[in-house]
Amino acid sequence: MQIRPILSALSRNKTGAILIALQIALTMTIIVNSVFMIQDRRGQMDRASGIDEANTFIYSYSGFAEDFNEKTQIPEDLNYIRQLPGVVDAVQTNSAPLTGGGWSMGLATEQGADADGVGTAIYFVDSHGLDAFGVNLLAGRNFTPDEVIWRERSETKWPGQGIITKELASDMFDGDWQAALGKTVFIAETHPINIVGIVEKMQAPWNGWNGIERTLLFPSQLLFGSGRVMVRTEPGERDRLMREVEEGLVANYDGRLIRRVQSMEEIRENSYRNHNGMNTILTTLIVCLTVITALGIVGLASFSVNRRKKQIGTRRALGARKIDIMRYFMLENFLITSFGVIVGAGMTIGLNMLLVNALDLPKLDWYYVPAGMVVLWLIGQLAVYGPAKKACQISPALATRSV
Amino acid sequence: MLSYYLRLALLSIKRNPILSTLMVAAIAVGIGASMTTITVNYAMGSDPVPHKSDELFAVQVDSWDPNNPFREPNIAPDQMTYMDAMALMKSAPAKRQTAMTKTFAVIEPEDRDVRPFETTGRATYGDFFQMFEPPFLYGNGWSRESDDNLEMVTVLSRETNEKLFGGDNSVGKFVRIGGRNYKVVGVLDHYRPVPKYYDVTNGPFRDPEDYYIPFNLVAAFELSRAGNTNCWKPNNEEGFQGFLNSECVWIQFWAELPTKSEQEDYLAFLNNYANQQKELGRFPRPLNNHIQSVMQWMELQGVVDDGAQVVMWLSIMFLLVCLLNTIGLLLTKFSTKAGEIGLRRALGASKRTLFLQHIIESAMIGVAGGCVGLFLAWGGLQGIGALFGNEVQHLVRLDVTMMFTAILLAIVSALLAGIYPTWRACNIQPAVQLKTQ
Repeated sequence: MQIRPILSALSRNKTGAILIALQIALTMTIIVNSVFMIQDRRGQMDRASGIDEANTFIYSYSGFAEDFNEKTQIPEDLNYIRQLPGVVDAVQTNSAPLTGGGWSMGLATEQGADADGVGTAIYFVDSHGLDAFGVNLLAGRNFTPDEVIWRERSETKWPGQGIITKELASDMFDGDWQAALGKTVFIAETHPINIVGIVEKMQAPWNGWNGIERTLLFPSQLLFGSGRVMVRTEPGERDRLMREVEEGLVANYDGRLIRRVQSMEEIRENSYRNHNGMNTILTTLIVCLTVITALGIVGLASFSVNRRKKQIGTRRALGARKIDIMRYFMLENFLITSFGVIVGAGMTIGLNMLLVNALDLPKLDWYYVPAGMVVLWLIGQLAVYGPAKKACQISPALATRSV
Repeated sequence: MLSYYLRLALLSIKRNPILSTLMVAAIAVGIGASMTTITVNYAMGSDPVPHKSDELFAVQVDSWDPNNPFREPNIAPDQMTYMDAMALMKSAPAKRQTAMTKTFAVIEPEDRDVRPFETTGRATYGDFFQMFEPPFLYGNGWSRESDDNLEMVTVLSRETNEKLFGGDNSVGKFVRIGGRNYKVVGVLDHYRPVPKYYDVTNGPFRDPEDYYIPFNLVAAFELSRAGNTNCWKPNNEEGFQGFLNSECVWIQFWAELPTKSEQEDYLAFLNNYANQQKELGRFPRPLNNHIQSVMQWMELQGVVDDGAQVVMWLSIMFLLVCLLNTIGLLLTKFSTKAGEIGLRRALGASKRTLFLQHIIESAMIGVAGGCVGLFLAWGGLQGIGALFGNEVQHLVRLDVTMMFTAILLAIVSALLAGIYPTWRACNIQPAVQLKTQ
C-alpha cells in the first residue's frame, strides 16, 4: 500500500528516523548478544554433576591435637557416620564436583614422557565411594576393600586400579568407551593403572574447565592431616543429619576441627554464583534497554503525530478512515525498524565475532539473529501503537481550524 | 546573565514535564548502568600501591616443559620452583626480595573457652613487610637473621589478634599455630590491598592471610600448603624433600628494584642463572625470564575479569542508546519552541546567545540525570555486592573520583546530545516561523 508517500515523508525528516533506527540497531546488538551469553551460562549450569546432589553433604576436618591419629580416626569417624539411621553411605575424599579445588593429572594410553596425555580430575575414595557419591556404574566393578591403600601427602606412587567416567574412557579410546574396561593406562609417565570400572557421569571439581566430564577415581585413603568427607542420606534426612553428624563427631573426639558442613546444593549455588550474578546483571540491562528504547519510540512518534496534526486532519477530511491513519504510523515505524534491524543484524554478528575472539565465547546460533529482529519489530509496533491510536482520534475539523 | 539563562532553562524544563522527565531518566539509567560497571572494572584494575608500583617486580623464570609453554602464548610460569627461589634468595642482586607461599593451620587459643579455628598463613621472608608496607598496629616485621636462624616468629593480622588477644598489644606473647608455639613480633592494622597483587595466583580478590611466618619454616617443618601447585614433570623422589627438589612451581617471588640499572642487573642475573641451569640439564625451554612491575603483572595475569569487561562495554553501548534517545527527545522539545526562537531571533537575539541558552538547558538535564544516575549506580553496586558475595565487597565502593566521573560523564553526555538539536533550533528562519503564527 502507501509505502511511497511514507518514504518520501521520511526523506524530508531523516534525523528522527535515523536516530530511532540507530537506537534499534544498538538495542538489538546488545539484547541478542546478552541473551546468547545468558543462554550459554544457563547451559553450563544445567549440566548434571552426576552425583546425588539433593541428598548429599560434605564437611572438612583438620586434626590439630597431638593425639590426633588420622589412621585410626578416619575409619572411626566413617564407621560412626555410616551406622547413623538415615545415612546411606559416607566416604573420605580429597574433593567433589563443583567445589572448585582439586587434583588433576595426565593419563596416557602409552608409557613414556612423550606419550600424548589426557587431563583428568582425580578423586581418592574407598570401596564406599560409588555409593556415597551416588554415581552410576555402567560397566566393570567397584573397588574391593583390600585394594584401598593409605596415601601420604608426599607419596609419589599411584594405586594399580582406577574407575573412570564414560567421557574419559571415550576420549582415551577414540570414542569407544567400552574398549577401556580392563585396559591399562599410565599416569605420571610410567605408573600403570588397570581400569576396573566405568561410571556414567561424575564431574571434575572445576566448572569452568573444558574437560569437566573427565574424572578418575583411585582406591586410596588420605593421610593429609586434613580432608573432606562426603555423606549421602535418605531423601529428606539431609538437613537433620548435617547437624547430627557435626555434633556427634565433635562429641566423640575434639582433637580435630569440623568445619564447612555444606550441602551439595549450597556448594552448587556458590559454584555458579558468578554465572547467576552475571545473568542477573545482563537481564537487568536487557529490561532497562527495552524500556528506554520503547519510551524513545513513543516520545518521537508522539512528537511526529503532534507535528502532523493538521495533515492528519486534512487527510481525515478528505476521506481517510481511522484505520488508514493508524496504518500509516504503524507502517512508518515498521520501515524504520526494518532499517534498524538490518543494520543491527550486522552489528550483532560483529560483536559476537569480537566476543568469540576475545573471550572464547561460542559462535552465535543462527536463529538468534532473526529472533532478535522479530522481537524488535514487535517492540517497535507496540511502542508506536499508543501514539498511532492517538493520531487516528484527531478530528477532521482540526484541519479547518487555524488555516 | 548566566543566572537568567538558568532560570529560562528551568522554565523550559518545567513546561514539558513528561519530556523532561524522560530525558533525565534516559541519562540517569545510562549513567547508572555504565558507572556501576565502570566502577567495578576500575577497582579491579586499580593500582594497589601507587607510590611503589614501579619498584616492585614479580619475578618469572621459565623452568617449564620443553614441549608446552606454561600458558599460551609462551608465557613463563606465574610461580617458581623451590630450587630456583632458594637460589635467587641466596644471590640475586635486589634491594629486597622475598619468596612466599600460602599455608594453613589450626590456631589453638590459650583461652580454653575459645574453640580452635582454621586459618590461612603467608610464609614469607622478613623483607615482605618493607616491600609491601602493610601498616603495623604493634611491633614490626622480622629481620633477615630471624629468617636465616629459623626463628619461630609471627606477625598476626588485626583480626587474628582480636580473636586471640582481644585486640591488645600481643607483641612478645606466644601463639600456638599448627601445634607449634610462635612468638608474636608484630600485629598488622587493617590491610586489604585490592587487588591482592603479591599473590594473584591464589585469587586476586581474596582476603590477606591471618598470620605471617618465616618462609624457611615451610621446609624445616614440612608445613601444609594451601596454595596452587603446578607440575609438568612427574616427581619420583620420595618424601617432602622430593617435592622440594621437584620441578613443581608453588612459590610467589617478588623483588624490589628501585632503579633502572638495578632492574637490568637483576634481569641479567636471571638469564645468567637460567643458562647455568641449562648446563645442569634443567630449563629446557628457550630463555624466557622476566621481571614484571605491579601493573604489568596485573595485566599479564588478567586480574580484570573478562566477563566484567564485556558487561562494561555492553553498558557503555547502553549509555549510547540512552544518548540517542535523548537527542531524539531534545529535537522534539526544541522543535516545539520554534515559534519562540523565531520571535526572539526577529527581536535581535544573536544565534550565539540562543545557542548558549539552550545548551545550558541540556547541561541542566545532564546534571539532573547525573545525580539520579549516581544513586542508580550506588544501588547497582549494592546489587552486585549482594549477587557476588564477599569477594567483591571491596570492588563495589563509589569513591569521590568515581562520583565526579559520573557527574562529568553525565554532563558531557548531555552536552553531546544537546549540540545537534540546539544547533538545529538556532538555525530556524525567523521569517518562516513568524509567518505561521
